[in-house]
Amino acid sequence: MLLIPCPWCGPRDEAEFTYGGQAHVPYPRDPAALTDEEWARYLFFRDNPKGPHAERWCHTISCRRWFNVVRDTATNEVLAAYRIGEAGPVIS
Amino acid sequence: MSAGTRPPGADLPEHPDHLWREPDPKRSYDVVIVGGGGHGLATAHYLARAHGITNVAVLERGWLAGGNMARNTTIIRSNYLWDESAAVYEFALKLWEGLEAELDYPLLFSQRGVLNLAHSLQDVRDSVRRVEANRLGGIDAEWLDADGVREVCPIVDISPAARYPVLGGTYQPRAGIAKHDHVAWALARSADAAGVDLIQGCEVTGIDVRGGRVTGVRTTRGSIAAGRVALCAAGHTSVLAAMAGFELPLQSHPLQALVSELLEPVHPTVVMSNAVHVYVSQAHKGELVMGAGIDAYTAYTQRGAFHVVERQMAAALELFPVFARAHVLRTWGGIVDVTPDASPIVGRSPVAGLYLNCGWGTGGFKATPGAGAILAHTVAHDEPHPLARPFSLDRFTTGALVDEHGAAAVAH
Amino acid sequence: MPRQLPSSAHPFRLPTGGRIDRSRTLTFRFDGVAYTGHPGDTLASALLACGVRQVATSIKLGRARGVFGVGSEEPNALVRIEAPYAEAMVTATTVELCEGLVAFGLPGRGRLPDGPDPARYDAVYAHCDVLVVGAGPAGLAAALAAARTGARVVLADENGELGGSLLGRGAADDWGARARDELAGFPQTRVLRRTTVFGYYDDNYLLALERRTAHLGAAAPAHVSRERVWRIRAGRVVLATGAHERPIAFADNDRPGVMLASAARAYVHRFGVAPGRRAVVFTACDSGYPAALDLAAAGTEVAAIVDARPQAGLWAQRARDAGLPVRAGHAVTGTSGDPCLTSVAVRELRDGEPTGPVAVVDADTLLVSGGWNPTVHLFSQAGGTLRHDPARVAFVPRECRQAVEVVGSAAGAFTLAECVADGARAGARAANREATEADLGHVLAPPPDPDDIGGGAPPVPLWLVPGPDEPRTHFVDLQRDVTVADLRRATGAGLSGVEHLKRYTTAGTAHDQGRTSGVLTTGVAAHLLGVEVSALGTTTYRPPYTPVPFAALAGRDRGALHDPVRVTALHDQHLARDAVFENVGQWKRPWYYPLAGEDMAAAVARECRAAREGVAFMDASTLGKIDVQGADAGVFLDRLYTNMISTLKPGRIRYGVMCRADGMVLDDGTVLRTADDRFLVTTTTGNAAAVLDWMEEWLQTEWPQLRVHCASVTEQWATVALVGPRSRDVLSALAPQLPSSSDDFPFMAWRDTRVAGVAARVCRISFSGELAYEINVPPWYAPHVWEAIARAGAPYGITPYGTETMHVLRAEKGYPVVGQDTDGTVTPQDLGLGWAVSAKKRDFVGKRSHARADTARPDRKQLVALLPDDRHTLLPEGGQVVADAPLPAPPVPMLGHITSSYRSTALGRTFALALVRGGRERVGQRIYVPVGSVLVPVTVAEPVLYDPEGARRDG
Ligand SMILES: Cc1cc2nc3c(=O)[nH]c(=O)nc-3n(C[C@H](O)[C@H](O)[C@H](O)COP(=O)(O)OP(=O)(O)OC[C@H]3O[C@@H](n4cnc5c(N)ncnc54)[C@H](O)[C@@H]3O)c2cc1C
Ligand SMILES: [Zn+2]
Repeated sequence: MLLIPCPWCGPRDEAEFTYGGQAHVPYPRDPAALTDEEWARYLFFRDNPKGPHAERWCHTISCRRWFNVVRDTATNEVLAAYRIGEAGPVIS
Repeated sequence: MSAGTRPPGADLPEHPDHLWREPDPKRSYDVVIVGGGGHGLATAHYLARAHGITNVAVLERGWLAGGNMARNTTIIRSNYLWDESAAVYEFALKLWEGLEAELDYPLLFSQRGVLNLAHSLQDVRDSVRRVEANRLGGIDAEWLDADGVREVCPIVDISPAARYPVLGGTYQPRAGIAKHDHVAWALARSADAAGVDLIQGCEVTGIDVRGGRVTGVRTTRGSIAAGRVALCAAGHTSVLAAMAGFELPLQSHPLQALVSELLEPVHPTVVMSNAVHVYVSQAHKGELVMGAGIDAYTAYTQRGAFHVVERQMAAALELFPVFARAHVLRTWGGIVDVTPDASPIVGRSPVAGLYLNCGWGTGGFKATPGAGAILAHTVAHDEPHPLARPFSLDRFTTGALVDEHGAAAVAH
Repeated sequence: MPRQLPSSAHPFRLPTGGRIDRSRTLTFRFDGVAYTGHPGDTLASALLACGVRQVATSIKLGRARGVFGVGSEEPNALVRIEAPYAEAMVTATTVELCEGLVAFGLPGRGRLPDGPDPARYDAVYAHCDVLVVGAGPAGLAAALAAARTGARVVLADENGELGGSLLGRGAADDWGARARDELAGFPQTRVLRRTTVFGYYDDNYLLALERRTAHLGAAAPAHVSRERVWRIRAGRVVLATGAHERPIAFADNDRPGVMLASAARAYVHRFGVAPGRRAVVFTACDSGYPAALDLAAAGTEVAAIVDARPQAGLWAQRARDAGLPVRAGHAVTGTSGDPCLTSVAVRELRDGEPTGPVAVVDADTLLVSGGWNPTVHLFSQAGGTLRHDPARVAFVPRECRQAVEVVGSAAGAFTLAECVADGARAGARAANREATEADLGHVLAPPPDPDDIGGGAPPVPLWLVPGPDEPRTHFVDLQRDVTVADLRRATGAGLSGVEHLKRYTTAGTAHDQGRTSGVLTTGVAAHLLGVEVSALGTTTYRPPYTPVPFAALAGRDRGALHDPVRVTALHDQHLARDAVFENVGQWKRPWYYPLAGEDMAAAVARECRAAREGVAFMDASTLGKIDVQGADAGVFLDRLYTNMISTLKPGRIRYGVMCRADGMVLDDGTVLRTADDRFLVTTTTGNAAAVLDWMEEWLQTEWPQLRVHCASVTEQWATVALVGPRSRDVLSALAPQLPSSSDDFPFMAWRDTRVAGVAARVCRISFSGELAYEINVPPWYAPHVWEAIARAGAPYGITPYGTETMHVLRAEKGYPVVGQDTDGTVTPQDLGLGWAVSAKKRDFVGKRSHARADTARPDRKQLVALLPDDRHTLLPEGGQVVADAPLPAPPVPMLGHITSSYRSTALGRTFALALVRGGRERVGQRIYVPVGSVLVPVTVAEPVLYDPEGARRDG
């Protein structure tokens, strides 16, 4: 049960949230202009690093807001949490 | 205790007196297999035994078969929905049926049947659909009503008063379980005896690619040249693909399982339910073995969160009230590699000489001999095995997915 | 009724001492025999007091086994309990004796109770600044130091009494009592007894199990939960979990009468029980000595203290002074007895090998101390790493990412003074304050330590005493019957890691999870492999620390509470009409309303007839409803629906389809434009939450610049569908202001009006092809409106109908149902909904995917109708479709499957909907559906079978 720091509500139990996969994968500006390969990348390919991972969470059973988290997938340590539209931290 | 009765643990089979050597890695091999889990070991076994390729190393970062192979709930079945999947798993099931003899090792392979329960009218439709497809595909499959379910497994609560009553279930009599360690060790012993080097504590840290072709791997125990490299790294496949410069549509999630203490036999088969989400069997020694869904987020921690287990226990007691006073003895987690369509990716990769076997996710134990045979064939001939063709990487581009979870089938 | 036994029934009960209540006697039965004990006893102590030495048999070899430990580390004494509560398998050392207890010894395998478990279970959350696990000297000191700062403290201990190892050593009684009393005075401190912290997860989330009633036996109040799971989120954690003594592997080290030294001592001090009459003590550290002295003081003859260390030091002197014979540099090499211990073989130990003559010492008890294993299980679970400390011969905590500190003997500390000081400092630190002198003085001044004699001798690593024979009775894991010989086979087979050795031999996998055997296994294996113990390490400790009942974890989420039941505002109306319900997601929906003597088919046929020929009504409240508001609402919906929504006029309704980005159908429903900047979107029942989430996700993460807000209004409206040629007659009687002509109130329009005096929104939409209305009212008026409709419709024979009839009606019209006729692999085009996919819009979610090779294929599976040649044959839903008869040998190529199948009164025949490969091309063709052993011939048809011209929708 992770403790996830919602930027709107503060730290809350993981069970209150929905995981939303990799963050910062914008919907393509013009999908029609993409090749099938490029479109497939958007649809199906997501980062899967062992280490820091920028990802989306939604505080489903509270403020219902989506926000971003950087979490180390090797340790589950939450390294940062920030609102949609805010810049993420630089993780080296 | 009445004198004269055999102690309950007296008759379980023992492992053999010799398993494998512990060689140091050579500088070069014809084939390097990355990952010494069930699939890597099976691939080595079939490369040697079916294709005569023995200048092979299996490189394992930890201890042999200590990943998902050591952590899964060992359900074996072939009653998948789509023809392409059913064909692969049935191919594997047929291999299972001859594997103890082939490997001369007690695998505790037990065809005690698997029941998949239906709890809603839509579950019933989906179940019948799968049963009908399986029968036409030549796979043993039956639809049982609730009374039929109780006949197969008397401890399932089929009361109509349940929150989600059991309306029936699909049943595959030839399905069952096996003992994972025995399977892995039997394959390892066979490969070792054929001359394959099984190298533990050897993590692949880099993959050398020259002119679009793989030339070898770098490891914590030095560089090793190889003409062909097969990835059998399950949850870590994305990490390895990144070393070779490409990406895969995989997400690595924790999947948990647990066992109870040893109990007198109460549960004769394997029961799975998606709606009341849990699956349970009782292993040979007597422990209840159970699991449920993946943890929601990606992680390489080999551990999950406990509320997932709590929900699973509530589900278990809904189906099996008799389990109330069983105890959770041990819980653990693996790292499962999940694809968008819950089907594996097997075949060539974007790098020549580098072969993929991944995405088996929550359900690859049952495929172990099949996956090994298919991958060995693919590596030996540099051409996908016919059964592997639908599982190529490019299905994500064309859209020809083999959507096992979209089709509401169960993936374990 | 077992008769009152004379006190000679307790041959091993000491005349005084122990923390038991001798003024009361409890009767119990074990293996069918009646015994007595006292409150404060465990089943194990009571059995020992009564002279019961064999408690169980072992799992593999069937050897006799007795009580070996005193708490949760017990590997031998497994029992099953039948009364006053039922347990499949527990250790006798953790069962608190209660009146009427009925227990049986087990051969290593439990038996589940048959009957239902009547007990209640629950779970609570706790948040604290400092969680202290373990209430021994270190834990008590930590809790006190933290509590004094005003911090919120939780202290949990698995025993019924606080004090930990103090209790078992008879030490510092009043110190413990004072600490307990002071803790009780802190309102911010919660002390949980009989509570085992069993799991340590990420972000200092720990789980504990409190056993609340078992010790009360039949007197347990019914309203108190039997067990409670504590879900604790702690700022910092102090682990004061103590240490477990470990055994030594020598021949026949498993006989009843062989016991851990610390356990024997605890039986004397806690329970007033002498473990035997004549004891030998075998030790590889100082711990054997105080145990020997305590036993001697309690009247047990100590025949010999066998110390594996040649230099036994100060303690040996003490023992000798007390008249106890000490044999330094010796080892126990074997035991005899049938089956319980009668004598012990002792030989000199030179360089780890027994040499010289064998001395046989008569004894009924053998105390063993091979050293101590710090209880690092929770620390490991927390992600902490261990290191091997050769001086202490122990694996001790190294480091951990989480906010945790390990203190006392769990960290390898030896003396009481160390433990208390450590604990106090850690407790204060955990509460963010440095410990003051006051903390360390006063109450926390360490109590006198009977075991601290101002200098001892270091422990030696002694894992194995080689015997003359094959080490087949040198038990390493008593519960799994694993011996040194087994480990030798495993190493001989080529295995060299602890995880493999564990799996080969099963060592450490039993009920006790290797509590006593784990480190011993490592030690013996290191010896066999000729490597350092530190190089081998331990196997990974996994949750739970002690076994946790399934029922406790399931808690209250069982039966009706397993998943919330949702019912509509009209539920009572349905009950009054004898509806049979169907589970749709969490909802209970009326499936059909049988009249007396009617089966489902008859009821559905009657309901269908009413809808097609007269008038019928149903509760459609479960459909999801989302209020979408804002200046950009139209733009937003255009992006999510496949068709154009923004062009919809206020007052009008449009059917729409949504796709996932991969182009597959996600949901469908109607969209009402309620104002220029406002829409009411309906969803399928099952997808209501998912569609709202979907909208929010796009809005918040992709298009935050769009001025749109969404809110679920599913439960703000109750919806009644009024269907059939006479529906207009019924509605006009109830809603006189509503225009009745189709010109003034056309199909796919909505109006606000009053129905039966209640403000209502009425939509002219139809999921049946008939003239139909959907009447939406606030839920609290719904029963009134429903009954008014029933009354107004009575002259027309109005009939309530359920989901089954709804399905028949919609299927006759070829309307697909998402989730039934789709499965996540179906595009709108596949469903024949190409007309609802805008070609004009530049983009919508899913559009690009429709152009992919496979999605654009003309021979995809398409929704068609199937008409069995025999008008009475009902095809099975889920049935597969094949092209040819007779069937070829498997695998038979399949064309698709039946998604919906019904008997139609209106058509006078059965029919089905199916997804069939290239289905639209096959209209008119004959194909087959295998049903059992027959091939049912069917003809492919266009999916709209009833009123294809749509003539009926305006009545
Ligand atoms: C809890 C759980 C329950 C499951 N239940 C079932 C079930 O009931 N039925 C079923 O069919 N399937 C089940 N599965 C899935 C099944 O276990 C896996 O699909 C299957 O084991 C994967 O193949 P494998 O055995 O080769 O994987 P693994 O055993 O995980 O092998 C991969 C190996 O690669 C190694 N590796 C990774 N990276 C490197 C590197 N860089 N260098 C060297 N080595 C590396 C890993 O250490 C690992 O040993 C379950 C899985 C889990 C976790
Ligand atoms: Zn929030």
